[in-house]
Amino acid sequence: MEHEAPIHTFMGLQFNLSNVLMITVSSVIVFLIAVLATRALSMKPGGMQNFLEWVVDFVKGIINSTMDWHTGGRFLTLGLTLLMYIFVSNMLGLPFAVAFDHELWWKSPTADPTITLTLAVMVVVLSHYYGVKLKGAKAYGAEFFKPFKLFFPLKLIEEFANTLTLGLRLYGNIYAGEILLGLLVGLAHKGIFAGILGIFPLIVWQGFSVFVGAIQAFIFTMLTMVYLAHKVADDH
Amino acid sequence: MQSLMLGAATGGVNGGDILFQLLAFIILMLLLRKYAWGPLMGIMKERQTFITNEIEAAEASRKEAEEHLAAQIEELKQAREEARAIIENAKKQGEAQGEAIIQASREEAERVKESALADIASEREKAVATLRKEVASLSVMIASKVIAKELDERSQEKLIQDYLQEAGEAR
Repeated sequence: MEHEAPIHTFMGLQFNLSNVLMITVSSVIVFLIAVLATRALSMKPGGMQNFLEWVVDFVKGIINSTMDWHTGGRFLTLGLTLLMYIFVSNMLGLPFAVAFDHELWWKSPTADPTITLTLAVMVVVLSHYYGVKLKGAKAYGAEFFKPFKLFFPLKLIEEFANTLTLGLRLYGNIYAGEILLGLLVGLAHKGIFAGILGIFPLIVWQGFSVFVGAIQAFIFTMLTMVYLAHKVADDH
Repeated sequence: MQSLMLGAATGGVNGGDILFQLLAFIILMLLLRKYAWGPLMGIMKERQTFITNEIEAAEASRKEAEEHLAAQIEELKQAREEARAIIENAKKQGEAQGEAIIQASREEAERVKESALADIASEREKAVATLRKEVASLSVMIASKVIAKELDERSQEKLIQDYLQEAGEAR
């Protein structure tokens, strides 16, 4: 059951080709969904346009619950893309995993901490960037010494803790889901009886994983907006 | 390291994955902004303004209708008042006219009566005058007869006789 990762070195950088493949697949699926849904835009929306407008309103709701729209409006694109990309990524590993020559090729890209931490770091860096851009360097720096100077080390640690928890939460949920799915599927190797018995928890766990995947996508987007709001909002 | 990194499953950091993920996400975001979110939000905004306009138009037309209604009510009230005034006027005029007609006929009757009375009086005057004339001539005739008899007995007798006879015949 242990699979290796197809790692290749190219220009001095290590590439996990399975990640590269799955990132590409996720991006293409998200792009296709979004673009196909917005091909025939009309004032009276139907079908996919309706769904996508619901998603937009959903992300708008997330942003509005953390900051006012005047500052939060610019993050709508980021939130939408994050939500859909992570959701699609989480779903990809559910129906099957493809291993070729003992190398795992098809899985959720979010079941890899490198990927989730990359996204998390990107979000935190963005939050600092917008903190400086919208409030000015002075007000941004002052945030670290509030409510009083002793808090500075705590605030510093908080930034790293935020990054780690944001990335690892997503990774842990999705990776654990895939591990359990793999174990349940592996029951089939132990005999036909165990395989048939294993189908029922497998179905239940797949359903639950869909739920977890959706929730994790929502949580990641929500926390992104919370961190951004924390940095760009004036009042605290 | 391998057991610690679990999913990464190798030693070291996959710098390529990090770069690739970042690039892919940024490219995806830019593409979606251009081809999906942009148009979608455009149409959502368009619909929002459309609905706002519609609501405003509906509000305006409702206000207009209310104004019209108020004007109609005012006009109806005015028309009713006017009609009442016209009826009142007509009634008054009719009464006055009736009064005038009665007055005129009364005067006419008075006039007719007066003229009848005058006629009667003048007729009577005329009759009296005629009678007076008759009596005068009769008296003259009698006087002349009486004078004639004075002449002699005989002839007087005869004259009386004649006269009486004449009178009798004339009668």
